[in-house]
Amino acid sequence: MTQFSLNGHTTSVDAPPMTRLIDVLREQLRLTGTKEGCGEGECGACTVLIDGLPVNACMIPVVQAEGTQILTVEGLAEDERLHPIQTAFINYGAAQCGICTPGFVVAAKALLDAQPNPSRTEVREALAGNLCRCTGYQKIIDAVVEALGGQP
Amino acid sequence: MNPVGIDIPRADGPSKVRGDAQYVDDIRPAGCLYGATVRSPIAHGKLLGIQKDPDFDWSDITVVTCLDIPAQNVVLLMTEDQPALADGVVRHVEEPVALVAASSPARARAAVAHIKVLVEALPAVLDPLTAQNNPIQIFGTDNVFKQISIHKGDKTDDGVIVEGTYTVGHQEQLYIEPQGMIAVPRADDGLTLIGSMQCPFYIVKAIAPMLGHGRINVIQATTGGGFGGKEEYPSMLAAHCALLSIKTGAPVKMIYQRDEDLRATTKRHPSVIKIRSVVSPQGELLQWDAEIIMDGGAYNTLTPVVLSRALLHLCGPYRCPRQHLEGVAVATHTPPNGAFRGFGAPQAMYAVERHMDAIARTIGMDPVAFRRLNLIRDGDTTPTGQALVDTGAHLVLDVALKAAEAEVKTPAIHPGGGVGRYARGRGVALVFHGCGFTGNGEARIKGKVAVELQDRCVQILTASTDIGQGVDTTFPQIAAAALGIGVSRVSNAPHDTAMVPDSGPTVASPTCMVVGGVLRTAALKLKAALQAETGLDTDDFDTLLDARTHTMALRVMAEYQDDGSMDWDDATYSGDAYPCYGWACSVVDLDVDLDTGEVLYRRYVSATDVGKAINPVIVEGQLEGGAIQGLGYATCEEVVLDDQGRMINDRLTNYIIPTTLDAPEMITRIIEIPYSGGPFGAKGIGEIPMDGPAPAVASAIEAAVGVVLNRLPMTPERVLSALEIKERS
Ligand code: FES
Ligand code: FES
Repeated sequence: MTQFSLNGHTTSVDAPPMTRLIDVLREQLRLTGTKEGCGEGECGACTVLIDGLPVNACMIPVVQAEGTQILTVEGLAEDERLHPIQTAFINYGAAQCGICTPGFVVAAKALLDAQPNPSRTEVREALAGNLCRCTGYQKIIDAVVEALGGQP
Repeated sequence: MNPVGIDIPRADGPSKVRGDAQYVDDIRPAGCLYGATVRSPIAHGKLLGIQKDPDFDWSDITVVTCLDIPAQNVVLLMTEDQPALADGVVRHVEEPVALVAASSPARARAAVAHIKVLVEALPAVLDPLTAQNNPIQIFGTDNVFKQISIHKGDKTDDGVIVEGTYTVGHQEQLYIEPQGMIAVPRADDGLTLIGSMQCPFYIVKAIAPMLGHGRINVIQATTGGGFGGKEEYPSMLAAHCALLSIKTGAPVKMIYQRDEDLRATTKRHPSVIKIRSVVSPQGELLQWDAEIIMDGGAYNTLTPVVLSRALLHLCGPYRCPRQHLEGVAVATHTPPNGAFRGFGAPQAMYAVERHMDAIARTIGMDPVAFRRLNLIRDGDTTPTGQALVDTGAHLVLDVALKAAEAEVKTPAIHPGGGVGRYARGRGVALVFHGCGFTGNGEARIKGKVAVELQDRCVQILTASTDIGQGVDTTFPQIAAAALGIGVSRVSNAPHDTAMVPDSGPTVASPTCMVVGGVLRTAALKLKAALQAETGLDTDDFDTLLDARTHTMALRVMAEYQDDGSMDWDDATYSGDAYPCYGWACSVVDLDVDLDTGEVLYRRYVSATDVGKAINPVIVEGQLEGGAIQGLGYATCEEVVLDDQGRMINDRLTNYIIPTTLDAPEMITRIIEIPYSGGPFGAKGIGEIPMDGPAPAVASAIEAAVGVVLNRLPMTPERVLSALEIKERS
């Protein structure tokens, strides 16, 4: 049994220790907001926060999550109220096909918590582990800069 | 407020930012099995069979080969050449040979690893330049998928002659969501297919001959990017899931892993283009001869259409009295190439714009001044003899250059920091793009759209899928504007072929322009039907609804109407090739790292004629997303094949697409030269942003370091070796 806090709720799962965290989230817990784009730590579609830091859930064996606090995209909105990053993504058209979006908003959340007023360059650096093939990144960066209180 | 032309937030935005949107891999029918594919290890060979490892536990595994196919072994598209599973012969590496189903994806992959494909290697043709009429036959008797010639005017040699050869490689669409499909058995012995796709009706047509019946419906799941890559290939997955589902009697899901997706699925066609031009000493184009050889891979797919579009753009947005264009698409023993945003035009535009730079260099003229002198203008004709109206080449050029006068604000992110090791350059490229299908394509396809009044809301029924480009948002905008109601009262129905009429495929970006036009007609028909029903002739939709004596649903359908304005002859390739054209100019500022040859983008400016921006934010998103794919095509996206034609850099670690650190700041200017045949003037805009970046980058590299690169991609290695050659000489 592995135990962790998932989006604020204590959760235990029964999975072999080397099971990828992404499979536990998606297949066992049916939280499918975390996406798989490559399965090898390159695209960031599977980004979740472990103790506030962005990680690729496809690269983490579940055993490493023991005792941690995990945040997935499903834990961002409070009830019906979207997180400001999510609202900004909608307003700026930063989600097109949307497959990369959960990873981006989660990574942006980590940046927001660590650095309330980042420059555009800092936003670019913080999101460099997340690939998007649809937007050209401009609208994503605009959305994140705005959500974090800056001027896009 | 008229909902056309304003930024309505995307209809699918909330579900996507919450992570609720259901992509194919998020859907798990009860009792679902998982499929995987056994593939050819070689480029060409006699297929003797498969051998199952006797030491592996096969008790819970189902295996399917071509012997299990109920009717015809074909995945039907333009021709019947591509089998669902190889039978007797393999024609490209990674060709599907057998399928397995198991209770988990890991079990299915383990089973695949324990199946050996027995093949006897035959000599293979991998080089497209030796494919035509090669005694080793791949397609037909001459290995030619399609050959086209276009001629306008006579010939002359009186002037300055400039010749060049331009080579472009494969490019992978690299949608972030890999290909995926689910087949679910139906009570009537038919199948429901749910998947990641652009064209649900393609799948119905593609696999009905294989099944021997038409009891299929296809539903698009939320689709994580397509860019053409989910135009024809999903039919193959659908065929495979269907075969496994029939044999097991259970739902079967197949999701490709990234490396498999890269190795096995379609790519942009590699091409070799030769141009020979004659110009007057003052710089007027007198003659333009161009020829393209395009590598289609082992099966036809949509290659003839891609060749056609390439050829029709192989002259650029320039006037010239003598234009002679030749194109041939050949078969090789490599995985089939197929649809990809731009559809042949990016290859052509790269060569054309490089050649324009070459002429300017030869005659000592400024490249922009040389282009300006030769711009195509109203009344000029294209190579097929189409007289153009409402040309916008000069306008996009002016607007882009003006926008580029602004200072570049954000510094490039230099990995080493500092200046001194970098050379700076700017490049300009000018492109055009024919909108919609070639010639009489629309009239042939006859796209249909239905709208249905339900209560006080309207549902749109169309097969035009939202693959991220936003039609689930823009279509309601178009219908709401036509009906004079708020956009929140209109929505797109789910794209299920059992429910919606065939609107034609979501390809070549005609969705908004052509299908949107049919939609507008359907909406107006709905209003007319309500007027007839109520006997009122008011235009006010709510007054009409209030006057109804019942609330029964009301459905009307409209079909694409050929207005007869297009005069096109497919046999001679002459006449009106496209209903209208879009125009775009790219200005790129970049630094070349003199130590590594790496190109660092600083800023990308574009001005693009879109006809009418139904939703400006969505349009900008299309333009910027296309631009970054074009910048990737320019410098980093390279497909490397081994001696069997297998892609060896089949990972995101070695097939590199731009990240936030590579992407430049963008200035995106929208120009609106309305097209009278499009809804509110809109033209297709999905493809044109792909055309300009690569030639603009080549031009900027030339300006920065004085080397001429005529091969895509312009990787650091190629830039560096060109720099070394230049230094030595
Ligand atoms: S799926 Fe985890 S990084 Fe791509
Ligand atoms: S929105 Fe499609 S990959 Fe980012």
